Amino acid sequence: MIATGLHLLNRLGRRTVMAVDAVGYAAGLLGEAMLFTLTGRRRGQPVRLTAVVEQMRQVGVDAIPIVLLLSLTVGLMLAIQFIATLSEFGAQSQVVLAVAKSVTREFGVLITGILVAGRSGSAFAARIGSMSVSQEVDALGVMGIDPVRYLVAPALIAMLVMLPVLTILADASAILGAALYSAPMLDMSVQTYLTQTLAQLTPRDVYEGLAKSVVFALLITVIGVATGFSVTGGAEGVGRATTRAVVLSITALIVADMVFSFFLNR
Amino acid sequence: MNESASPLIEVVGLEAFYGRRRILHGVDFSVNRGEIRVIMGGSGSGKSTLLRHIIGLQRPVSGTVNILGVDVGRSDAQALLAVRRRLGVSFQGGALITSMSVGDNVALPLREHTQLDETTIRIMSRLKLEFVNLGGFHDLMPSQLSGGMIKRAALARAIVMDPELLFFDEPSAGLDPVVSAELDELILRLRDALRMTIVVVTHELESAFRIADRITVLDQGDVLTTGTVAEVRASENERIQDLLNRRPRSVEVDVDEYLRRLTEEDA
Repeated sequence: MIATGLHLLNRLGRRTVMAVDAVGYAAGLLGEAMLFTLTGRRRGQPVRLTAVVEQMRQVGVDAIPIVLLLSLTVGLMLAIQFIATLSEFGAQSQVVLAVAKSVTREFGVLITGILVAGRSGSAFAARIGSMSVSQEVDALGVMGIDPVRYLVAPALIAMLVMLPVLTILADASAILGAALYSAPMLDMSVQTYLTQTLAQLTPRDVYEGLAKSVVFALLITVIGVATGFSVTGGAEGVGRATTRAVVLSITALIVADMVFSFFLNR
Repeated sequence: MNESASPLIEVVGLEAFYGRRRILHGVDFSVNRGEIRVIMGGSGSGKSTLLRHIIGLQRPVSGTVNILGVDVGRSDAQALLAVRRRLGVSFQGGALITSMSVGDNVALPLREHTQLDETTIRIMSRLKLEFVNLGGFHDLMPSQLSGGMIKRAALARAIVMDPELLFFDEPSAGLDPVVSAELDELILRLRDALRMTIVVVTHELESAFRIADRITVLDQGDVLTTGTVAEVRASENERIQDLLNRRPRSVEVDVDEYLRRLTEEDA
């Protein structure tokens, strides 16, 4: 009995140490990537613009169609729900405000974040993971090319730029989706709906979403690359790391989102 | 060969562990300028671990690794990077970047470390590809190459910066005899034509005897001997003769140790 208790305690301790270790490692990677971005050129380890642009294409531009499509759908869905609920109080006209605030503060950025975590977080983990397994990361190191500078920094910069951009696009697309459904229900034109939305939105609403998107970008990148670098055990390990990166980063996004919303709306 | 100059690589009392298992037992190892040194040993002898320490992929737990005058274990990242630009490593599996063409792989160190213009970089990297008999293959992707071609492309990338020191991990592993003989020829030409100091890790006897100036034989983490090909062949050490004559080693079982390994929970 005591033995099992001790055994459990032992395991709990080991897990805790491992978790703290992983967080520390990820934070170290993040710090190093930022340092290379700022001072790499002076130290002869510049972060290449071409690599950054290529990453921006992969994480940002290539994601535009799916982000637009999904946020349009979410906008439609929100409009349907809000109109159904608000009409119980005879307050359908408030749907414009409800959609505008919930999309810009919450749904636009969350949908974008989850999508990018699924597309790019997993891609970072898979790419770096398979490179570690086939000694490519070692090869970069012995060639005098720091793997963090070469692989992590461009991804980080690209994510920090592209996630806010995608968020703005998602916001616009979701509000358009909501307008397509709500405008006929409210007997107004889509154009009027959109003008009313713009009138009711404050810059603060948009900033809240954008601030979250920057944090999401950091989380997705750092979790993706850290899981990638810690891959062991061949191809199977790469698969496991990819899944782990997606699950971990979506979890982190949702928790961070909740914390943000709590502090920003007090 | 200049024996009086200080060695390019000097390893003193190097110990290495994987968990609780000791891989290297106080290894001393030094390589002089201009020689081809072969590190030979069976699998599990610690030769790859020794190589990883020398090229700075692992930091020594105890002992020192000094390479091109820099203490790898104690130098900062900046000094380590500077040293790495002066050495080339060809990994066992090639370790070409799979998302880049062969030509881009070979050009990578030049693009990252020099300010040369694109035309010069192209010519230099193609020259090295020609040197390893891969002329015209620069547009192919690594996945389109055979095992021997990957090793040669990796060699081209390792020598593209004209390093003073070249490391070659298992040049002939998994290759047919003809291709592996060609790689041996390449290694000899590199020393003669480009005056490189070369360290080759291998378990292939034939190849080791053909290229080595001196051979270091490792066994279970100990250096058994270091000597010329003739000296190693003539060695009276039983383990070396086992290795040379492909005799299976006679493992003596320590009964207590054996029982402990079987029964202990976290042995």
